[in-house]
Amino acid sequence: MNSKGKAFHYGDNVDTDVIIPARYLTTTDAAELARHCLEDLDDTFATRVKAGDILVAGKNFGCGSSREHAPIAIKGAGVSCVIAESFARIFYRNALNIGLPILECPEAAENIRTGDAVSVDFDTGTILDETTGETFRAEPFPPFMRELIAAGGLAAYVGRG
Amino acid sequence: MGMTMTQKILARHAGREQVRAGELIMADLDLVLGNDITAPVAIREFPNFGKAQVFDKEKVAIVPDHFTPNKDIKAATQCAACRAFARAQGIVNYFEVGHDCGVEHAVLPEKGLVTAGDLVIGADSHTCTYGALGAFSTGIGSTDMACGMATGKTWFKVPSAIRVVLTGSLPRYVSGKDVILHLIGEIGVDGATYQSLEFTGPGVAALTMDDRFTIANMAIEAGAKNGIFPVDEQTLAYLKEHGAKEPVVCAADPDAAYTHTVEIDLSALKLTVAFPHLPENTRTIDEVGEVKIDQVVIGSCTNGRISDLRAAAEILKGRKVAETVRCIVIPATQRIWKQAMKEGLFDIFVDAGCAVSAPTCGPCLGGHMGILAENERAVATTNRNFVGRMGHVKSEVFLASPVVAAASAVAGKLCGPEDVARMPPDAREAGN
Repeated sequence: MNSKGKAFHYGDNVDTDVIIPARYLTTTDAAELARHCLEDLDDTFATRVKAGDILVAGKNFGCGSSREHAPIAIKGAGVSCVIAESFARIFYRNALNIGLPILECPEAAENIRTGDAVSVDFDTGTILDETTGETFRAEPFPPFMRELIAAGGLAAYVGRG
Repeated sequence: MGMTMTQKILARHAGREQVRAGELIMADLDLVLGNDITAPVAIREFPNFGKAQVFDKEKVAIVPDHFTPNKDIKAATQCAACRAFARAQGIVNYFEVGHDCGVEHAVLPEKGLVTAGDLVIGADSHTCTYGALGAFSTGIGSTDMACGMATGKTWFKVPSAIRVVLTGSLPRYVSGKDVILHLIGEIGVDGATYQSLEFTGPGVAALTMDDRFTIANMAIEAGAKNGIFPVDEQTLAYLKEHGAKEPVVCAADPDAAYTHTVEIDLSALKLTVAFPHLPENTRTIDEVGEVKIDQVVIGSCTNGRISDLRAAAEILKGRKVAETVRCIVIPATQRIWKQAMKEGLFDIFVDAGCAVSAPTCGPCLGGHMGILAENERAVATTNRNFVGRMGHVKSEVFLASPVVAAASAVAGKLCGPEDVARMPPDAREAGN
């Protein structure tokens, strides 16, 4: 399982209110949520992001509200992976539960720049910045988590079993 | 090795003698909670877990409180989905607007739905509030809520803990809000990520239950999985008064391991305010400088309880809200609303120039009932001051206690009650 795309780099404490502001929480539709993804942090993101692109951020990504709409909006926008120095715990759980791969890797979070071409090998946890040639290593997911993500999330993973 | 209070509750719900920090466990749930924002996603996912019925119709709670009373057609549609699901499933703890309802984390303890030793998950990050009652409670997302409703179980990574030792007692006007803002200022918004905050020490006895609810409520703002208080006579009296089921008292072992200890002398605390745009940006009231404001919000799951309204009313009595300020008071539940009315607090608020709202989360999350325009500033007794939290992306929220919020409403700028005391009572020109 792999992902590949252009990186969008943001800072520390990207909270779920800026990922998807509460004014858009009157829907559960992924496509509609995706149109407002990160709007209060970078209002050009939703129009610039392409399928496969990768979010890179600092510490405590996804802090604040437990709204699952946040990872749903990110996944709906086409983002194939989020790499951060660290994640807030509710977001961490929510992202995996809906099948959005996320990796903790402080070195990658510090060095990857916006616009860099990045590829991720989830089986090994290898993150390659193709623009700079730098390689970073994150803890790979155990096999069941790779299957869960591939299935599209916890419900699909449990439901099929 | 001994266990923390949190670990003991988790062990009991996992059918284990002992659990260790870092271990993954499967645990039984006493209550699964959702609201009108998070439950609709869970309801959509529910059928995918292969169960036609929720695991126990008395152990699921759905509280429509965020965009209620329905703010628009889309919000009404989400509430309708919650209502239909609750009816179809026979969910006992579905609380309709006006029907002894209100903000979820104020409603559930008030109705005695959580007791000491319980394990509660809720699709709302402030579910950690019930740690005040000596329960383990934590926020999760909608998929976890759906899984919990279907199976009555979920998995947890057993958290390590930070011990917060409280000594002394709070000076006049200083409250639980100042304690938790001070703590978040000390350890940061990710200072307790994946961990428990276990409050202990002789200072606990000097905190009211409402102080403890406020402190546990904002444990998440330090990234914590849960915040928890030991069970004492006050806790037991509260549980009895509210008809909660028999408590199971778990206490931390004397040799429990903590990653570190934070000591707080309550006597030394001052009124504390969190500046935009993070709850960790704290300053004491004597450091705030000159901050003109446009709105004050007194309410929310953090500070919408009767003691909060009384504290605000004490400041507002015989005074006027500055002409430049809108002051919105939101009792957190119907019962609190009625109590405030009986005590004459609404006379004080309305005479002062406050708008009193029906119970709702409303403006706290920028939902409705008090949204900020560009460049507007609010002092709020709520829990988050992130960018755009209460409205426009260029608006600002300053988090504070009810007395600071009320004093600021009178002065038209961020300040404490002592500053207001120096102003002439009933001064219409106040703050201008």
